[in-house]
Amino acid sequence: MAAAHNFGKDVLEVRSLSMDFGGLRALDKLDLSVRQGEIVALIGPNGAGKTTFFNCITGLHAPTEGEMLIHPPNQGKTQRLNGLKPNRVTERGLARTFQNIRLFPNMTVLENVMIGRHCRMSAGIPGAIFRPRSTREEENQVVDDSYAMLEKIGIEQFVNELAMNLPYGAQRRLEIARAMATDPFILLLDEPAAGMNPQETRRLDELILRLREQEKISILLIEHDMKMVMSLSDRIYVVDYGKKIAEGSPEEIKRNPAVIKAYLGEEIDA
Amino acid sequence: MDYFLELFLGGLTRGSIYALIALGYTMVYGIIELINFAHGEIYMIGAFTALIVAGVLTLMGWNEIAILVIASIVAVIYSSAYGFTIEKIAYKPIRKAPRLSALISAIGMSMFLQNYVLLAQTSDFLPFPSLIPQFEFLEPYAHIIRPSELVIYTVTASVMVALTIMIKFTSIGKAMRATSQDKTMAALVGIDVDRVISVTFIVGSATAAIGGVLIASHIGQINFYIGFIAGIKAFVAAVLGGIGSIPGAVLGALVLGWTESFFTGYVSSDYEDVFAFVFLVFILIFRPAGILGRSEAEKV
Repeated sequence: MAAAHNFGKDVLEVRSLSMDFGGLRALDKLDLSVRQGEIVALIGPNGAGKTTFFNCITGLHAPTEGEMLIHPPNQGKTQRLNGLKPNRVTERGLARTFQNIRLFPNMTVLENVMIGRHCRMSAGIPGAIFRPRSTREEENQVVDDSYAMLEKIGIEQFVNELAMNLPYGAQRRLEIARAMATDPFILLLDEPAAGMNPQETRRLDELILRLREQEKISILLIEHDMKMVMSLSDRIYVVDYGKKIAEGSPEEIKRNPAVIKAYLGEEIDA
Repeated sequence: MDYFLELFLGGLTRGSIYALIALGYTMVYGIIELINFAHGEIYMIGAFTALIVAGVLTLMGWNEIAILVIASIVAVIYSSAYGFTIEKIAYKPIRKAPRLSALISAIGMSMFLQNYVLLAQTSDFLPFPSLIPQFEFLEPYAHIIRPSELVIYTVTASVMVALTIMIKFTSIGKAMRATSQDKTMAALVGIDVDRVISVTFIVGSATAAIGGVLIASHIGQINFYIGFIAGIKAFVAAVLGGIGSIPGAVLGALVLGWTESFFTGYVSSDYEDVFAFVFLVFILIFRPAGILGRSEAEKV
């Protein structure tokens, strides 16, 4: 159970993040933190700004104001994410998946994962072209690591298939494998269970819990499947119109009147 | 029969050169969906660089093969530097602008480079030394194939193989494919998209420069305008094969080369270019995406 965990210090700290699109305020002074080993859910009605929040953290949008800080668990040096390009954010240890599947469709499953792994390679472009022994050894290491990742995620049987030919559930898992291949300490999942049947969702729950245990990562997820959110999360943030309206454990969130009003309103029969 | 063979090999020669240039068009298009009209100028600059280097080395009394190798290497480096710089100056600042802006920028770059070489060098045709040695074993076939043609086939084939290996198996090749499929996602898995784009321009410019050196020593003269015609032809080849596709560019280039060669050989040499473009029109009517191009319904 969630309460049994002893979480470390903050690994992600977002302070007063705002994002304006023209006149529209998509995020309004949002504060959020994720501790080491924690699974945090970000929920809210459609259009509440959840995906915008992910886009800001991962460098796709430049936030209008606010600060985004990471405290990597190992080396412990605090770094700002503001103004970094997406690939630099990934290098610093954040990885994400998308709401709609965004694999590289014409590449094999293994190649998709290897692409993620490459950002941890030291060989530059001359190495890639002239291929000295050190580069080839590193390449072999990448293949081994990538295959190991596929085994961990449980899709190693598809290793040489083109990504676009995979069944839906496997494509979703491949996205997670590719994100994990970049060796993150925080994994951002944007509606990972979207379009999955209940059985696939259960297997995804197991996978997420297992990744947290084995890889010692923190997970921040956006999800609409309330059953999944309530069973998986250690802490939940609720946003509406870009504002944080509640924060707390699943039990607290379930009882919070503001949340019920904004989000679960129709679901609760008096 | 000999005549047919001669035309066939002549077409292969043209096709090989078109292919070396078309590769740059198609790779750049595959990655940033831009028709880089300045690409033909890169080829011309490659030929001019080789001419200058060869001139200097000939005065110093070097032997032919050493001159050819060194001139090619310098041309490749110099042209790659041009390709890299053009992208940084003319395309990168407007990458997020509508595609038409980048296209206009490309045409402007093309005109600038032509006129720059015109002013810096000359408008006359300059003789280009024949750097390719005579092969004795080819002498019985001298009426069909020239040594320079054999060198062109060999070099083109090697470049194709090297490029295929690079794109299929190396990390930078994978990064290029990933970037062409989804730039945002590529960046999010840690690929430096700007660097991949730069590498694409460098590689494309290098193959164009090789084409420039080869054709210059085959034909024996160059001027500032050769890049324009060759660039347009290579562009046609890339579109013919299905722009964005590397095997398509090679196939399109060969088809165009043979078409031109047979038409000029059997029908009329005056209408060579007319025929090439009429052919393009027909291909595009019946296969708008090119010979190997996929009609992309999935990309919205």
